[in-house]
Amino acid sequence: MSVGLSPAASSPASKGRVGPRGGRAGRAGRQSLAAYLPAAIVLVAVFLLLEYGLSALQIESFLLPKPSAIAASLAANWSTGRFALVPAAVATLQEALLGLVIGTVAGLLAAFATARWATSRQFLLPIAIAANAIPIVAFAPLLNNWFGLLNPFSKAMMAAVLVFFPVMANVTRGLVQVELGSLELMRSYAASEWTILRKVRIPNALPFFFTAMKIATTLSLIGAIVGDYFGGSLSSLGRRIVESAASLKFDVTWSAILFGAVSGMVLYALVVLAERLVIPWAAALRGDT
Amino acid sequence: MTNAQDPNGPVVRIAGVDKTFDRGDGVVTHALEGIDLEVARGEFVSLIGPSGCGKSTLLRIVGDLISPTSGTVLVSGKTAERARMDRDYGMVFQAPVLFDWRTVEDNVKLPLEILGLDSTTRTKRAREMLDLVELGDFLKHHPYQLSGGMQQRVAIARALAFQPSILLMDEPFGALDEMTRERMNSEVLRIWERTATTILFVTHSIPEAVFLSSRVVVMSARPGRITKIVDVDLPRPRTEDSREAPLYFELVTEVREALRSGGAELDDSGTVGGAPSAERTMAEGSVG
Repeated sequence: MSVGLSPAASSPASKGRVGPRGGRAGRAGRQSLAAYLPAAIVLVAVFLLLEYGLSALQIESFLLPKPSAIAASLAANWSTGRFALVPAAVATLQEALLGLVIGTVAGLLAAFATARWATSRQFLLPIAIAANAIPIVAFAPLLNNWFGLLNPFSKAMMAAVLVFFPVMANVTRGLVQVELGSLELMRSYAASEWTILRKVRIPNALPFFFTAMKIATTLSLIGAIVGDYFGGSLSSLGRRIVESAASLKFDVTWSAILFGAVSGMVLYALVVLAERLVIPWAAALRGDT
Repeated sequence: MTNAQDPNGPVVRIAGVDKTFDRGDGVVTHALEGIDLEVARGEFVSLIGPSGCGKSTLLRIVGDLISPTSGTVLVSGKTAERARMDRDYGMVFQAPVLFDWRTVEDNVKLPLEILGLDSTTRTKRAREMLDLVELGDFLKHHPYQLSGGMQQRVAIARALAFQPSILLMDEPFGALDEMTRERMNSEVLRIWERTATTILFVTHSIPEAVFLSSRVVVMSARPGRITKIVDVDLPRPRTEDSREAPLYFELVTEVREALRSGGAELDDSGTVGGAPSAERTMAEGSVG
């Protein structure tokens, strides 16, 4: 599992210059709609292909159910019945969010410590990089054992461990990779280390942090669902997936997967929204609309 | 800003400064040797010389960004460190070093925030300075929306905002094209005349040094030392016409010959051999 070190934020030096005046906003709105059109066409085409192509190709429904069958099962299992999906999704989302918060806070603390003390960087960073190479989901059964099978914490911790590394690695970079010129400037003002942290390092690290959060939201859902797979409360997305598949109710399995996918997209979109609000200059720098 | 012990004495007094860099692998670079220099209040002094002559190093020693290996630097009668802690310096580097997350106005306010000035004063000062560099219409823009020349003007406004007693400029226009550079030269002179600041200015360009300075300090490389100091008695105020005066050409020639006798290679445009020092890149500097 790769940590993805801030592809967008890592090259502030290569900033594209835009004109001295704004005037991009109006055009940008139309541009972005047009930009989504090809993706929308592909999506519709895939749906149509699945709906009408599958039976034409005589693919059995247990291999790949039709979109209409999945829609029907979504309606049937929305919030009631053996495979009630909404309460399951809410439970898993809670585990994921709890893990996201724990992992992010821990990752931030580790990043600040790592950036602040060169010695802790010497000790922590190699360990973090090595630990990042471990397929952490392998620990899921152990976490269930440590925190209790039915305790949502065991799932949240799975998510937290996954979230921790990208947050720590990215934010550390953002805090440390400050232009030497900025540090000399602050030194010429006789600024304290605390002032430099507040006025240079933290703003510099914000784009790195948001990049990490885009990865972390997805990872937190993976952690929670994988945690569910290894047992726990019956009402969780992971259990729904395992049990519906075991009872050959694949349309339900797909419905549960759809819930996971939508949750992931919503979390991601929230991060993007927060990024636009908190650091609008970063998007402008990248040339995003 | 700070009272010197002797108001008529030099603002900067450099005596016997040596600087060697030991990279730790046995290679010792002798960057500066036996530098003596005094800069009077209100003077505009340029340091010029080939790459590796230590002119930027000397500027950084004066600004207490690095320490000399031996020798002393006094600024307004104080040690360089004391002067830095007293915020006597305004600095402008080759890269404008503006923060993209701040607007133009907020970038200029940065040193004022660090000085702890109240917000009314900060706003007033920042706007004054931006008017001075003729960027009053760009207060709410972000740095990446400005051209290179405009960014450097913001950096100058920021350096002047807290009224430093000395302005240290390290090849501030090295990355700009010739036309922009000449315009910026006139602008710096105008600002210097209006603010009566003392300026120490590092450059690669002979025309720039002569046009701007009251004195041009010519340096040679390996080891870096001062080979000649050329007094520039071109009348002031200097305008674009000054660049066509016979005396101007004589002085350019004098600086050129001083550089050549120091062993520097020159190109046609009057730029001292070697590209301007590569822009400083990201450094994984320790925070601690």
